[in-house]
Amino acid sequence: MRLVPSVEQRAFAAALHELLTKADLATISAAWADGDTGPGRRLWAAFGDLGVTGLMIDGGPDDLVVAAEELGHHAVPGPVAESIAAAPLLAGEDLLPELAAGRIIVSLAVPPWLPLAADGDSADLILHVTDAGIRAAEPGAVHRSLHPARRLAEVRPGALLATGRPVRRALELGVLACAAQLLGAGRALLETSVEYARTRTQFGTPIGSFQAVQHRLADVSVALTFARPLLHAAAVTLRTEDVSAAKVACGEAAVLAARAALQVHGAIGYTRELDLNRWLTLVPVLHRSWGTAGQHRDRILQEIR
Amino acid sequence: MNLDLDPAAVAFRDEVREWLAAQAFTEGRDWERRLAEAGLAAVAWPVAYGGRAAPPLHALLFDEEYHAAGAPARIGRNGISLLAPTLLTHGTPEQCARILPPMARGDEVWAQAWSEPSAGSDLAAIRSRATRTGGGWLLSGQKTWSSRAVVADRAFGLFRSGPEQRHRGLTYLMFGLRDPGVTVRPIRQLDGTTGFAEIFLDDVFVPDADVIGSPGDGWRVAMSTAGHERGLSLRGPGRFTAAAGRLIELGQTRQVADSWIAARAYRMQAYASLDEPVAPSATKLFWSALDVTLHETALDLLGPLAEIDPDWTAGYLFALAGPIYAGTDEIQRSILAQRELGLPR
Repeated sequence: MRLVPSVEQRAFAAALHELLTKADLATISAAWADGDTGPGRRLWAAFGDLGVTGLMIDGGPDDLVVAAEELGHHAVPGPVAESIAAAPLLAGEDLLPELAAGRIIVSLAVPPWLPLAADGDSADLILHVTDAGIRAAEPGAVHRSLHPARRLAEVRPGALLATGRPVRRALELGVLACAAQLLGAGRALLETSVEYARTRTQFGTPIGSFQAVQHRLADVSVALTFARPLLHAAAVTLRTEDVSAAKVACGEAAVLAARAALQVHGAIGYTRELDLNRWLTLVPVLHRSWGTAGQHRDRILQEIR
Repeated sequence: MNLDLDPAAVAFRDEVREWLAAQAFTEGRDWERRLAEAGLAAVAWPVAYGGRAAPPLHALLFDEEYHAAGAPARIGRNGISLLAPTLLTHGTPEQCARILPPMARGDEVWAQAWSEPSAGSDLAAIRSRATRTGGGWLLSGQKTWSSRAVVADRAFGLFRSGPEQRHRGLTYLMFGLRDPGVTVRPIRQLDGTTGFAEIFLDDVFVPDADVIGSPGDGWRVAMSTAGHERGLSLRGPGRFTAAAGRLIELGQTRQVADSWIAARAYRMQAYASLDEPVAPSATKLFWSALDVTLHETALDLLGPLAEIDPDWTAGYLFALAGPIYAGTDEIQRSILAQRELGLPR
């Protein structure tokens, strides 16, 4: 029994955190939002060197959640859950080396959870996935997202590529990675808010000395603390109800963190001048991607009744 | 008790409804001018200033019809909802006659200049100064989070005019945003637009005629504006009842019913407050939470397609600002607990 990351996994997360801290995600994300995915692509290639993009080829789901949490912690642009968690189980053998190296990015359309392909206009490949099989798809009309560095493409399914691939497992891994990103984003929002509350003064004292602020951030801490074990347990069992529980809990904890972070920062948090906006807009988007909280609650009720 | 509208109110509501239905909506100053020409820019104002001297009920009905019709956001809102009630209470007849008619026509657009980098929730920490000079005042300092300052002509705000600390020694003044010594720096908001700005003031001259109330009495005057900002003057029930109505089209869930209940509560409280006003802080706390809940419910119902829905995502981002502006919800809770409930400070 061990429901916390190993020493190796913690070192892996720390290395990824260091890479992402040095990478200037604000600039990379702004370029991605403007349609220049070059700097982001170089980052994804660095993920390849570190072994992040190959985790579902030669690692386990527990490694995946450790890495995906860190990607959410830094609000990394790109279809993380699609390309890193699910695509390796859905794409052909011939693509695996390129996927593992972070040289290609794959997006997915999986109705009804993912009716549109995230970053479908810049992805190297879009897979249209149903129980009947996997098809290559072409991007159609592209829509801007609430999150500036995301664009969603309508898709036109084309030729049948494969049947019999482990679609169910791939989708559970995608949900799991999305939940992990949300947990990481929630943690980043809490860390930033605590730091701001310690330094911003009003009424002659740091605002973090006021109970209204303390209690709100304490509630966020509780939500994140009790979401993480659900995520790690789901990575072990991959059972439907566990994966869904992780997605709901991580998503709602992250939403709580986002609301608290904006409130603690006040008007400065409502600007694009502060980096906070990347997390504030990512959280409500991922919370409703890879299945809404309502859909996951229904899945849990189906399983546990 | 009854919910019946008298014949004059029915006639007014029908007039507004029919007029709005006949309009091709435009934006900005042009739209304000058309509202003014129809006598609808500010129905509760005295006739001499561009209003109809209509009872407060009519202002509520106008707000409901306006949002139900999906009419445009008003560029004149800061002036009409915040400065005008202050002038009508604390201003001179000369100030009202000079300032209100061009405000109603959209010829003069106003911005609020209250917050400063170190005076947000703690508004009494204002440092920007008004210094006595011949025939008026010189303003210096920095204001921030000034909504519509990028497009507005003039602004109103609080300045420190005496040696006293905190709430004392403040004066309420109006100044031109294109006057010599004024620099406006736009700030990009969460949605990418430059809805608000910083204002830098370097010895900006303001004549005595543009002081509202007495010099040194600015805090009292400002708190009357704050009451309008937190209360019904800024956020009538129309925005919420209209949004609740659109929610029903997205789905029928418990959340939708709860949103409908809350929007209905806000509307009924608005009617009740015509006879018995409630604390502006209570009103602000209710509408700021309601607005977020309504929009989060919509996003939940839209699911994975929520993030690309331009109207609901724009409304969501707007709603997220509600618990921050007009005095944060934390400040409102303290005011309510201490002044209304009588809890110790």
